[in-house]
Amino acid sequence: MSQFFQQVINGLSLGSIYALIALGYTMVYGILKLINFAHSEVFMVGAYTGFYAAGALGIEGLEQRGAAFPLYLALVVLLVAMSASALLGVLVERLAYRPVRSAPRLTPLITAIGVSLLLQNLGMLVFTPNPRRYPPIIKEVRFELGGVIVTNIKLTIFLVTLALMAGLWYLVQRTWTGRAMRAVSVNLDAAKLMGIDTNRTISATFAIGSALAAAGGILFGLDQITINPLMGTLTGLKAFVAAVLGGIGNIPGAVVGGLLIGLAEQLVAGYVSPDYRDAITFVILIVILILRPEGILGVVRQEKV
Amino acid sequence: MRIDRRSLFIALASSTLFGVVACKGGSTGGGSGSTGGGSEIVLGHYASMTGSTAHFGQDTDKAVRMAVDEVNAAGGVIGKKLKVVTLDTRGDSAEAANAVTRLIDVEKSTAILGEVASSLSLAGGRVAQRRKIPMVSPSSTNPKVTEVGDYVFRVCFLDPFQGKVMAKFAKETLKVDKVAILKDVKNDYSIGLSDAFKESFEKLGGKIVVEQSYGQGDTDFSAQLTAIKNTDSQAIFVPGYYAEVGGIARTAERLGVKLPLLGGDGWDAPDLFKIGGEAINGSYFSNHFAPDAATPKAQKFVADFKAKYGIEPTGLGALGYDAAAVLADAIKRAGKTDTDALRAALADTKNFEGVTGSITIDPQRNAQKSAVVLKIEGGKAKFAATVAP
Repeated sequence: MSQFFQQVINGLSLGSIYALIALGYTMVYGILKLINFAHSEVFMVGAYTGFYAAGALGIEGLEQRGAAFPLYLALVVLLVAMSASALLGVLVERLAYRPVRSAPRLTPLITAIGVSLLLQNLGMLVFTPNPRRYPPIIKEVRFELGGVIVTNIKLTIFLVTLALMAGLWYLVQRTWTGRAMRAVSVNLDAAKLMGIDTNRTISATFAIGSALAAAGGILFGLDQITINPLMGTLTGLKAFVAAVLGGIGNIPGAVVGGLLIGLAEQLVAGYVSPDYRDAITFVILIVILILRPEGILGVVRQEKV
Repeated sequence: MRIDRRSLFIALASSTLFGVVACKGGSTGGGSGSTGGGSEIVLGHYASMTGSTAHFGQDTDKAVRMAVDEVNAAGGVIGKKLKVVTLDTRGDSAEAANAVTRLIDVEKSTAILGEVASSLSLAGGRVAQRRKIPMVSPSSTNPKVTEVGDYVFRVCFLDPFQGKVMAKFAKETLKVDKVAILKDVKNDYSIGLSDAFKESFEKLGGKIVVEQSYGQGDTDFSAQLTAIKNTDSQAIFVPGYYAEVGGIARTAERLGVKLPLLGGDGWDAPDLFKIGGEAINGSYFSNHFAPDAATPKAQKFVADFKAKYGIEPTGLGALGYDAAAVLADAIKRAGKTDTDALRAALADTKNFEGVTGSITIDPQRNAQKSAVVLKIEGGKAKFAATVAP
C-alpha cells in the first residue's frame, strides 16, 4: 500500500509541473486558437535561466561549504527565470506569430513548429547538449510518513503550483487585464471595437503563460535532477495532451489534465511497465479525442482565456 | 553565351547545401584532401563529441590523438605521418553511419576508429564492412559489434564476460543473493550486459528479484525505484550510461533506497560524480582499467595524459589510446595501406602490450582481456578487484 501512495505522490508532483506548462498552451489557444509549439522550448529556456542564475549567485561555493542556498535567493532565481521566459514568449509572439496572425490557421501552426525547432537547436548550441545536474536551490529534506517518503521539494512543487494557480485565477477573474483577456478570447474583433488593446492583451497572455512555464522548468529541474536542451520536447507534448484532456482553452481543465496525466504516467510505469510510461499519455489523447473531444471540463465557452 | 539562371541557382544552392552538410559533423580534423597515396595516412575517428555521451567521445578522441602524436613523433609509420580526422556522432546511430560514410568518401580514411557506444558501432561498422575498410572499436562491448563482419575489430572485452565479472563480484565478494535489474531498453549495450549478468548470477545460485527498465534520455526514475524498494533486493544492477545512472543514484537516495548500485564500463565518466554526487558513493562498476592500480606502461599513459590535457583519463580514454596504437602497429606490420593487407595485419595482432593490458585479437576479432572492479568512494573510483577471463 505504501508503494501505491508513493507512486501517487510522485505522480501528483510530476502532474503539477505538467499543469504549469499546460496553462501556457491553454491560455494561448483560448485567445488565438493557436497551438504554441514553441512553448516547450520556453519551458526549457526557463529551466536553463534558473540554472545559470543560481550559478551566478554562487550556489556552487555554498554547496561545497555545505551551506544551504538562502530562500530569498531561490526566489530571485525563480523571478529571473520567469522574467526571462516571459520576455522570450513575448518576443516569439511579436516576431513570429503576429506577422502571420491573419493568415490561414495552418500558417501560424507551422511557424510555431519552426520556432520550436529553432529554439531547440539554439539551446544545443548555447547550453551544449550535455545533461547538467540542476543546482539544489532548495536544500532537500526528507521525511517518512508510514513508509512513504515525502521530500520538501515535492511539497514545494505542490505549493508553488497552487500559489501560481491562485494568482492566475485572481488575475483572470479580478483584474482589468484578465477581463480584457476573457473578452479577446470570446471575440477578438469585437474586443478591439470595445477599445481593448488586443495586441497588448495577447502579449500579456504570452508573458504570463511563459512565466508559468519557467516556474515549471525550475521545479522540473529540482525534481528530475538533470536538465538538457531537449527536455522540453516530450514534457511539452505531455503538457499539451494535459491541456487537451482538461479541455483546451480552459484554465482549471489544464490543472486537472496535468494532474491526471502525471498520475497515469507514474502508475502505469510502476504497475504495468516503465516502457509504456510515454505511450499511456498518447493513448489517453486518442481516447479523449474519440469520446470527448472538448475535454473533461471544456463544455461551455465561458472562462476562456 | 546565355547563362541559364535556373541552373546557376541550383548550382549555388547545392554548393551551399554541401557546405552546410560538410560542416554539420563538427569536423575537428581540418580540411580534407589527403589521400592514401599522399604523405599522410588518414585515420577516421567517429565519436560522440557532443550529446548525452559526450564524455565518451571527448575522452577517447583526446587519447587517440595522443597516441597518434606519439607515433608521429617517433617518425610515423612506413615513412608517412598519421593524421586523425574526427567527426561527431552526437550519440545518434543515424549520425554514426553518416560520419563513417563521410570519413571514407570525403576524408579518404585508410582505417576507421570508433565508436564507444555499441549501438553506434553497429551502425558505423555496417558501413565500414560494406566498403571493406577496417574498423577498430576501442570500447564497444556488445558481442554483435564484431559479428557485423570480418573488417570490424575491437580492443576490449565483451559484455558476456563483463556481466560474469559483476555477477561473480556481487555473489562472492559482496555476498548478495537477490538483485534487482534496472536497464536501459533503448540501448543494445545495456540490454546485452543485463542479460549476461542475469545468466551468470542465476548460474551462481543468485536470484533476480525484479527487472525494471528506462529509456536513454529519461529523467524520471521514481516509479521504477519505488517498485524496487518494495522488494527484498540487496543490490541494484544498473548497466546504463553515466548521465542516467547519476540521476538514478540521486532518485534512489531521495526515495530512501539504500542499496549499492552495480554497473559496467558505461559509468566511466567524471559526470557520473557530478550528477550522482554523494548518492553514488558505495557503488561498484566493472571497467577496463584502474588508474590507481596500473602497470608501468599505464602509469606513463596516465601521467602523459594529465600533462597534456590537465585531467585524469578514463578507462575509455585508455582504450582509445590502445585502439589507435594497435592500428598504427598493424599498418607498420602490413607495410602498406592496402585495406586487405591491413585487415590481415589487424587480425594477426598478438600480445600487443597496451595500456589496458596485453591485446591478442582472437578469430572472432575480439580482444581477450581481464577486467577490474572499481568502488566509488568520496567522488572517486578506486580499484577493488581484478577478474581474469
